[in-house]
Formats: sequence, structure tokens, C-alpha cells
Amino acid sequence: MTGHPTRGFVGRPRVHNPGLPPGQYDAGTDWPVLSAEVTPRIAPRDWTLRIDGLVAEERTWTWDDVRALPTSSYEGDIHCVTSWSKFGVRFGGVSLDVFLDAVRPDPAATHVVAYAHTGYSTNLPLADVTGGKAWVAFTYEDEPLPAEHGGPARLLVPHLYFWKSAKWLAGLRLLDHDEPGFWEQNGYHARGNPWEEQRYAGD
Amino acid sequence: MTAAPFTPPTRFAVPGRIAVSNRTATTWQRAVLTEIRRETPQVSTFRFAVPGWQGHLPGQHLMLRLTAEDGYTAQRHYSLASAPDDSGHIELTLDHVEGGEVSGYLHTVARVGDEVEVRGPNSGFFAWPGDRPALLIGAGSGVVPLMSMLRHQRRLRLATPLRLFVSARTRADLIYAEEYAAETTPVLTREGERRRLAADHLAPCFTDGAPRWEAYVCGSNSFAEHASQLLVGLGQPVDRIRIERFG
Ligand SMILES: Cc1cc2nc3c(=O)[nH]c(=O)nc-3n(C[C@H](O)[C@H](O)[C@H](O)COP(=O)(O)OP(=O)(O)OC[C@H]3O[C@@H](n4cnc5c(N)ncnc54)[C@H](O)[C@@H]3O)c2cc1C
Repeated sequence: MTGHPTRGFVGRPRVHNPGLPPGQYDAGTDWPVLSAEVTPRIAPRDWTLRIDGLVAEERTWTWDDVRALPTSSYEGDIHCVTSWSKFGVRFGGVSLDVFLDAVRPDPAATHVVAYAHTGYSTNLPLADVTGGKAWVAFTYEDEPLPAEHGGPARLLVPHLYFWKSAKWLAGLRLLDHDEPGFWEQNGYHARGNPWEEQRYAGD
Repeated sequence: MTAAPFTPPTRFAVPGRIAVSNRTATTWQRAVLTEIRRETPQVSTFRFAVPGWQGHLPGQHLMLRLTAEDGYTAQRHYSLASAPDDSGHIELTLDHVEGGEVSGYLHTVARVGDEVEVRGPNSGFFAWPGDRPALLIGAGSGVVPLMSMLRHQRRLRLATPLRLFVSARTRADLIYAEEYAAETTPVLTREGERRRLAADHLAPCFTDGAPRWEAYVCGSNSFAEHASQLLVGLGQPVDRIRIERFG
């Protein structure tokens, strides 16, 4: 992984930051937008969340159904594969465990495909979205999540590169195998762990 | 178990027709700077020799990495400006970002003969193989991947229609100004017409009998939002709008 030195490159003055995964830089207050699609304007009343596939009971939640569930928050860092990281952000939402408990996953389920109201999709191991590691997030810094960042609700899986945190989340399908999503079909890594620099397929 | 799986509406341009090699995307290759060409006061083109370059599709980007003596690295994404078949060479066009770590190095320190590392090409999403009419809209350095498409069309003398709208502050800020012909409409925001890209600029592309465009929008996030909403307003289906946002 170590690079070949570039003559004259010293880089920016830096303090060692143990929170920064390899190859990342601190974007400070910036929050770049990197969606590939036209930003959809989805009114909360038109938004739904569906969980299906290898579950005992498929379910669809409306906005009001979701807002009636117990909320929890994530405070910490996020990391984008384009190399920026953002520290100390705060999202509010409902833990994915709450939804999965309701549908009762089949023991054979190993992976999920998260898909968006735009047609975007991304795949994740089930183990990466259970046990308090993932949320359906609908607030950012205690304000409603802006549309360009996935509002009214997005998936939040902060320990993986941020393309896994599907914006405008429409549903999750549980599978007994892995199935590449949108960026994964475009050469990106199946799992996307920033600490192991899993950027592209083969990393 | 379950009834028929629910399929979400596909509301944006899933490529499907483009295959990307994952093999080249994972290897860092040395790239030797062979030429620096000034495009505008803020923008230069950097030409590199990359002997193992396997080619790319017009519109794709790569990851460029710089490494300091102490092992510190900085890496950023850059679109490829050159056409795919510029054998063994690639060109990147970089805006000199105020205080920018990587663009600052390339603009003020790098000289011919220096070596950097590149990895790619990445992503077949924002790519145009030349098979469908292309409506290209870019602002600032967002024109870079679109220029790769235009150069590709010219080099192969493709008959596929292509229209380019490029927004810049002044004529002096217009990247690749010398290369544009009748297919291109420059939109100057601080000189001449003095206004942003508007629906009436694009409307002539949406008359009866106009081609069924595949639209490619590239630039800052605010420009991408603006241009993509104009397209939607003119009736361009969202599943035929591809957007590359530089952040
Ligand atoms: C797919 C893709 C394709 C792209 N293609 C192109 C292209 O073709 N051409 C192009 O020019 N760009 C392109 N970009 C943008 C490019 O990747 C970089 O973001 C850009 O060059 C800036 O990088 P930098 O290292 O020069 O600046 P950075 O060091 O990243 O700084 C960016 C800004 O943040 C400020 N900043 C950040 N951290 C600090 C700090 N610690 N101290 C002080 N200031 C700070 C800087 O002052 C500057 O204003 C592309 C981006 C993407 C995602």
C-alpha cells in the first residue's frame, strides 16, 4: 500500500489523528455531495420503508409508523471513499435492529441489499447492519436531513465508506448470498471498510 | 416465505451497457509528468506517460496519489480529459484550488519528469461510449470529463449527435476555449451575456424531433443541482441524467 515518494511533495502540516483511516483527510466543516442521480424531492408522506426477502414477515412502514418508533442517535465520524472524512457528526433516527426485530430474519439470511427511491442500491453483510451498527436516519445535527443528503430518510452505516449509507432509503431485502449494488457493479468494493482501505474490488 | 419481491422504480441512469475492468482499478501505476499546458489563469492540463494504461471510457475518472518522504500520502479523484486511445498517455486538467493540497502541489511544485501514482480508471457510470446522442453540460473544471467525450467523438468521427454547454465566469476562464466548434455553447456568467445557464439555452435541444438525449452533468454540487433541475423541467427523464459532482 505504501506509495512511491513524489519529488517535492510534503503535504499539508498535519497532526497525527488516530480517527483518520488510511488515505483519508479531514474535510472540516464541508459535507460534499456525491450522488450520481437527480436529487429527488420526496415528501415525508410519500416516503415508505419496506423490508422483505428472507424474513418471517415482510413489512412496509410509513413515515408516521417510523416516527412512532423509539429513536436513538449516532455521534461520531463518517468516511467517504473519495477521501474525505467528517468528524463529530450527529444523526438521529431509528436503529435498524428495531426494524429487523419486527420482520424476524430467516436464519439463512447473510446479506442485505439496501435500495433507494431513486433506484440506487448497495449491498451489505447482515452482520454490518445489526447489533447497533446501523440506523434509518432522518435528522442531522437535530434538524431534518436535507434532501441532497438523503432526506427524508437515509440508511446510516457509519463504520463503512459512506456510499453504503443509501440516501432516500426505500427498502432492504434480506438474501442468503451477496449481490453487488450500484457502485459495487461499477468496480467498488463489496464491503467498503475504511480502516482496511477497501475502496475498489480486489482491495 | 415471500410473494413476488418488490422492485423499486428505477429512476436514474443505471448503465448496464458498460463493463468496467476491476483489475486495473486496484493497481497503483507510476505516471511520469511529460507536459504542463496552461489552459486559463487558474487551470492547467497535466500530461502523463503511463506505459501500462489500459485505456478508459470517455467520462471516467482515476485516483491520483502523492507520497511525501515520510510516507504521508494524499489522494484525490480526477476526471480523464484525454480521449481513450491516446496510447500510453493520459491528461488531467486541474483547477488550482486555493489552499488545495494536491492541486496546489501540481500547480506550483510539479515539473516535467516528476512521478506521481494513479489508479484506475474507476466507475463506468459517468461514461459515454459514443453509442447514444449526448447532451453534455458542465461548469468550471466540470467540463473535463465532457471534453474526453467530445475528443472521442471527433477522433472516431462518430455520427452520434453531441451537444455541449459549458459555463464559465469569463471567456478567459473558459477551459479548452480553442477546441470548441458548432456543437458547443459557452455560457458566460460575468461577461457578455452575464447570466447562469437557463432553460432557454437548453430548450432548442428539446424541440419535436430532437434526439433522445443521454444527459451528462458535471461540476460543483450547486451547479449540478441547478442544471439537473433545468433538464427535468424540460422533460428529460431522470433515468437518462447522469451526474458527476466534484464535491
Ligand atoms: C469523481 C471526481 C472527479 C474530479 N475531477 C476533477 C477534475 O477533473 N479537475 C479538478 O480540478 N478537480 C476534480 N475533482 C475535485 C478533486 O478531486 C479535488 O477535490 C480538488 O482538486 C481539490 O483537491 P486539493 O487537494 O487541491 O484540495 P484540498 O486539500 O482537498 O482542499 C479543498 C479545500 O478545502 C480547504 N482545506 C481542506 N483542508 C484544509 C486544511 N487542513 N487546512 C486548510 N485548508 C483546508 C482548502 O483550502 C480548499 O479550499 C474531482 C472530484 C471527484 C469526486
